[in-house]
Amino acid sequence: MTTVAHPTETDIDLLGHLYRRAGFGATREQLESYTERSYEDTVEALLNPDPNRDIRDDVLERYIHGEGPPIFIAGWLYRMINSEAQLQEKMTLFWHHVFATGLVKNEHVLSAKNQIRMFRRNGMGDMTTILNDLSRDPAMLFWLDNNENRNGEPNENYGRELLELFSLGVGNYSEQDIKDASRAFTGWTFEQPPPLYPHGFYPAKFVFREDDHDDGEKTFLGVTGNLNGGDIIDIIVKSPASARFICRHLYNFFVADEPQVPSWNDVPPLDPEGIAMMEAKFIETGGDIRSVLRVMFNSDFFKAARYKKVKSPTEFIVGVLKMVGSQTEMAPGMTKYAGAIDVMGQKLLDPPTVEGWHTGGEWIDGGNLTERVNFAVDEIGEGLAPGIQSLIQRMKDSEALGSAESLVNAVLAESGSGEVSDQTREALIDFANDAEGEDEATRVIRLLRLAVATPEYQFA
Amino acid sequence: MVTITNGKPPVLVIVQLTGGNDFMNTIIPYTSGLYHDVRPVVGVSEDRVLPINDELAFHPCAAPLKEMFDAGDVAIIQGIGYEKSNRSHFRAMDIMHTAEPNSIATEGWLAQALREIDPDTKNVLTGISFGRGLPRAMAAPGVSVTSVGDLDSYGLLTGVEIEEHRARELDIFKRMYTPAIGSGPVMSYLHQTGGDVMTGADLLKKVPANYRSTVEYADNPIAKSLRDVARVHTSGLGTRIFYTQHAGYDHHAIEVPNHERLLTELSGALKDFMADLREHDAAEEVMIYVFTEFGRRIADNGSGTDHGSGGGAFIIGERVVGGLYSEYPSLDPADWANGEDLAHTIDFRSIYATLLEQWMSIDSTEIVRGKYEQINPFAA
Repeated sequence: MTTVAHPTETDIDLLGHLYRRAGFGATREQLESYTERSYEDTVEALLNPDPNRDIRDDVLERYIHGEGPPIFIAGWLYRMINSEAQLQEKMTLFWHHVFATGLVKNEHVLSAKNQIRMFRRNGMGDMTTILNDLSRDPAMLFWLDNNENRNGEPNENYGRELLELFSLGVGNYSEQDIKDASRAFTGWTFEQPPPLYPHGFYPAKFVFREDDHDDGEKTFLGVTGNLNGGDIIDIIVKSPASARFICRHLYNFFVADEPQVPSWNDVPPLDPEGIAMMEAKFIETGGDIRSVLRVMFNSDFFKAARYKKVKSPTEFIVGVLKMVGSQTEMAPGMTKYAGAIDVMGQKLLDPPTVEGWHTGGEWIDGGNLTERVNFAVDEIGEGLAPGIQSLIQRMKDSEALGSAESLVNAVLAESGSGEVSDQTREALIDFANDAEGEDEATRVIRLLRLAVATPEYQFA
Repeated sequence: MVTITNGKPPVLVIVQLTGGNDFMNTIIPYTSGLYHDVRPVVGVSEDRVLPINDELAFHPCAAPLKEMFDAGDVAIIQGIGYEKSNRSHFRAMDIMHTAEPNSIATEGWLAQALREIDPDTKNVLTGISFGRGLPRAMAAPGVSVTSVGDLDSYGLLTGVEIEEHRARELDIFKRMYTPAIGSGPVMSYLHQTGGDVMTGADLLKKVPANYRSTVEYADNPIAKSLRDVARVHTSGLGTRIFYTQHAGYDHHAIEVPNHERLLTELSGALKDFMADLREHDAAEEVMIYVFTEFGRRIADNGSGTDHGSGGGAFIIGERVVGGLYSEYPSLDPADWANGEDLAHTIDFRSIYATLLEQWMSIDSTEIVRGKYEQINPFAA
């Protein structure tokens, strides 16, 4: 499709890239309507969503009611698909990746929901607040047994993972640091909610039990004193290791696939200069995540990283549903998508381990690829959903149906994977040529089903 | 090397217990006063255990495993581990998967074995992993492993209803996923994966309809996975390594009921699986290896047990010489690792070498990076 270039118009493909990363994708139609705003202003709008325009939980719950995880996940997906605050939703998912907490053990859905809401509330805030809130979050405290972390009987699970997986990374602390950090978090626990029956769901509340807190001297990363959990967090956020670790996480999630987290101590970043830029901002601002994100999204290394990430199952599914346009109204049927993400290898609210999900190529294996392709093809189905109907209409209104080549280009642009190999393009063009006898809509639909089955469609 | 009398090639079935199984509460030193002293909460009382001898006993919920042990089909590998055992789940599991404790390795030990067995991937089903996500043990560049979530609905573009359309679309799919030079490692991997899925799906399509069995498995994830292994193995598709996982063993808290449930599920599933194979006259060529990433702390923490070392593993099969192998880690506090953990008594790579060399007939030197003393758990 050709449009007349406006002098100040932002490159639509760059916007598509930004929305795939800072959000969950956007339809071609949406992107066309965004091109009048500058790229930087678009980033700024994503960084500062208007809270008054956010989707409200109480409104969502009117349409889809109940307590099971799939119901909550359905509402969460609804936000990813429809919320204007796309980056806020992406950051919510980001922290769920990093601070991976599993319902398989907690079995308290309300606490899991409240943790996700916490990520939504302060996910773009400062690191000190994020870690303090995390260390007071009942779902996390229970998940990593900090409620069993007692004066004289320390349970090291939270202390260890806080350092290893949530802030510093292996190699940046000693076993003794773990022991003393764990002691500093003794007494950080929660009040059990009243029993589910007959009371229903009540939230668990953080409580600091002074009588169960170890007041002895501790040494953490070289600092000695009667340290409490908050002191540990302050020391962590000031440490250059946390700047590096969090920035690598952001880079891996938003820019390009890095090796898996456990190897970060041994394997240098793919783009040391890019990471250094982000780290410098993290250190300068004392860990302000919004500032780091601003630097990252406006950088050349981000803009150059198109299709350098394998989509996570969540990104994949939400991207498909956005294009198909079938889920713009909240409805109970959306719960089925929780299961669909699960079988692709990402059970939301239930990461496989506290390390979270392995990303990049490890998202894909034969089974997952099959699930992905079949899901996308099934959702497009016979093309009855509003997004596909409108897409077909746009094709008819443009010159896209003029040749097999222009049809293939238009379909790829609509699906958001504009850059494909010659091999893929030629196969699709041959297909479009063969299907010439079909009516226009069928031709578009069959081609679109193949576009979402391309190897390239697996990349964001 | 073991000669299988029915002439079939040897098959290895891996059961990974994810989270760090509490070996001390699986094979229990029930007559040790120390055991009961340091485990006031999670310890199993003497009157409940299933004794093997006057020192060690099975956990009561592992009764089916005990029956198999009594029948001579179970080798218990006591005190498995390695120097400076790592207490991080992820690193420890990585070490188990790659057989490399000293640096980050990327190639799985079983993937390397698959490369030896089927270097040109003549059969995409030589290695199959059941469940979600391919474990690193089965992953290595150029090694194709089929990962099956749901055996009953495995296949591509199954939603395209018009059969003629589907055939045409699959044809295009195949072209798009043809390996191409210079497309980069991740894209190459995707191409290969797409092609392999097409081949594997065609082969696996017929499995569910061909399987009949009187064995009724319980309804839990490991039983489902082992039933899937039985269904594929008895179909004779040439699979040599199967991988399954049983999750939830990270019992820092509320260990007693949770560990009991998992041991019940696991041992029941193993027994049903063996019975199923026997019913199909397909048991002799199968060896099961049950492992975990580490053992747990000797003392309980008032609710569960923290990460430790010196765990245990099981080798199960008809051709096993049942019994206790290696030594139970010393309960004398003077011998404990880090002053709080069971010290390992046999290196896990010894067991890998044993399974690879004696069961699979594969040279293990490169895979485990050296020579490790083997045990002799198989009847010749």
